[in-house]
Amino acid sequence: MLFRYLFIFFLIIPIKSFALIEVDITRGNLSPLPIAVSPLSLDRETKNNLKKILEKEDIGAGISSVVENNLKKSGLFNPLSKDSFLQKPDIAHLKPRFEDWALIKAQALITGKVTFSDEKLRVEFRLWDVLAAKEMMALAFTTVPSNWRRVGHIITDKIYERLTGEKGYFDTRIIYVSEEGPKTKRIKKLAIMDQDGFNTKYLTLGNELVLTPRFNPTNQMVTYLSYFRNLPRVYLLDIETGIQEVVGDFPGMTFAPRFSPDGKKIIMSFAKDGNSDIYTMDLENRIVERITNHPSIDTSPSYSPDGKYICFNSDRSGYQQIYIMKSDGSNVKRISFGKGLYGTPVWSPRGDLIAFTKLHKGKFYIGVMRTNGKGERLLTENFYQEAPSWSPNGRVLIFYRETKTDDKGEGFTAKLWSIDLTGYNERLVSTETDASDPSWSSLLSN
Amino acid sequence: MNLNKIFKNALLVALACLALSACAKKVGTGQMQGDVYTGTDTVEYLASGVPDRVFFATNESVLTTKSRETLRKQAAWLRKNSKINIVIEGHADERGTREYNLALGERRANAAKDYLMTYGISADRISVISYGKERPVDSGSNPLSWSKNRRSVSVKAN
Repeated sequence: MLFRYLFIFFLIIPIKSFALIEVDITRGNLSPLPIAVSPLSLDRETKNNLKKILEKEDIGAGISSVVENNLKKSGLFNPLSKDSFLQKPDIAHLKPRFEDWALIKAQALITGKVTFSDEKLRVEFRLWDVLAAKEMMALAFTTVPSNWRRVGHIITDKIYERLTGEKGYFDTRIIYVSEEGPKTKRIKKLAIMDQDGFNTKYLTLGNELVLTPRFNPTNQMVTYLSYFRNLPRVYLLDIETGIQEVVGDFPGMTFAPRFSPDGKKIIMSFAKDGNSDIYTMDLENRIVERITNHPSIDTSPSYSPDGKYICFNSDRSGYQQIYIMKSDGSNVKRISFGKGLYGTPVWSPRGDLIAFTKLHKGKFYIGVMRTNGKGERLLTENFYQEAPSWSPNGRVLIFYRETKTDDKGEGFTAKLWSIDLTGYNERLVSTETDASDPSWSSLLSN
Repeated sequence: MNLNKIFKNALLVALACLALSACAKKVGTGQMQGDVYTGTDTVEYLASGVPDRVFFATNESVLTTKSRETLRKQAAWLRKNSKINIVIEGHADERGTREYNLALGERRANAAKDYLMTYGISADRISVISYGKERPVDSGSNPLSWSKNRRSVSVKAN
């Protein structure tokens, strides 16, 4: 139900033109590209029809504000104020008067048009290079009207890809743990929302403690830890049907679950008699395999995108450090050697980096290192933050941050934050409640 | 040569105690030895004179002399009340990653369980559960609060 009903038709094949605008995403971008997002035009009849269905005044302006907001939050673009726009949306979409747009310093322009027929919403948009006075891209989408926000996200992905040369991360969802209540008695629920904080849905009621949800590669299933009946176990949840099941039959606590990149296995820790080791369970044949066998704590396993390696967290050296091994558990190698404790390693979807949490001298850092442990870079420092999760294009990390309480032990909050791999563009991710343990889905429309 | 090392360590611990207890006095009524909580602020009792919990140093699951004394009292009480089973809840402070803390809480609960077993309490009377950093008893963000939260608590299960 969630991810269906999206039909995409590419009406006009984009013509590749060269020497047009490009945005470099490999460095911190201190001068975001000025871009004008003209409200999508729609005629009166379309407007009235859609207003009835969606109870929204102007769906054209709605979609363009989704795009604008996405672009702004990426830190790479500077959407210009609509007050300064000289040309009307419908005319701009046919043939922009480039001088007018250049006058307000726009380098790129997005125009579009919304129509409604056969109960379907049709949205077309064009991306223009203002200085070169050329069209860079033109696409159209047809879908059910209730999907209008997703259309905005897909348009953003197309624009991002055209201008940066890399896939976007806007048509995605975040699964996380919603938190409420006092610090000593938090009520926690699984929640899912669009990447921009809209369309929040709660997947559990808060009767039992739930932690660390993670998507499978197709974003239909979630694995997480639940204290159902006071037995902390790894569970599997089908988002569409709501059916939950416990993963495996372990005589003790299972935790820290993640899917393998092919979605066929769950990798997790199993704790028994004071010792935590890493196990996998094949979801088809239910075969359980032990991957590590060491009297230390081995936890937070995460596969490389090709499934050949696993990075994990172990205190076998005496303190928490990051290790990698082959997926069968052989060739265990420590890769973190800097000062402090290291935890929550997560392999980048591009395969080249491992993101982690580091605790050093009472401060928590989110950082990245290469898979051989070299090139450690700390992106952000705070009182408490941990558990990074990668955007599907490997350019942004989302994590959670908790605040220090005051002298009376009050003022505790937990919030989601994101930061670019460059270390720039740190942003609060808006959620309806306090939030933790975010996990980023892959692109929904691929 | 070892003696020298031991002496040095003892000195360090003593210094740390001094520093921390000075600090502890400022923030609350409790006390710490090293960074292990030794006060009675949050302690409840299974029976008169039988404290329900023991405390740990940061990142440690080693039982202190005082913890072992507490657990021997629990063992004696459990021997006298042979129908009672317990759950040992292992906890960590908030200064660690969630997943590692779950494992650490489990390790702490088992340290207490193992000790009770060496004093003759049968394993099938004791179950363990780890809450990691999920259920702090003190919501403060300071060393004293954290020391109260690094604990394993024996709770009557029936």
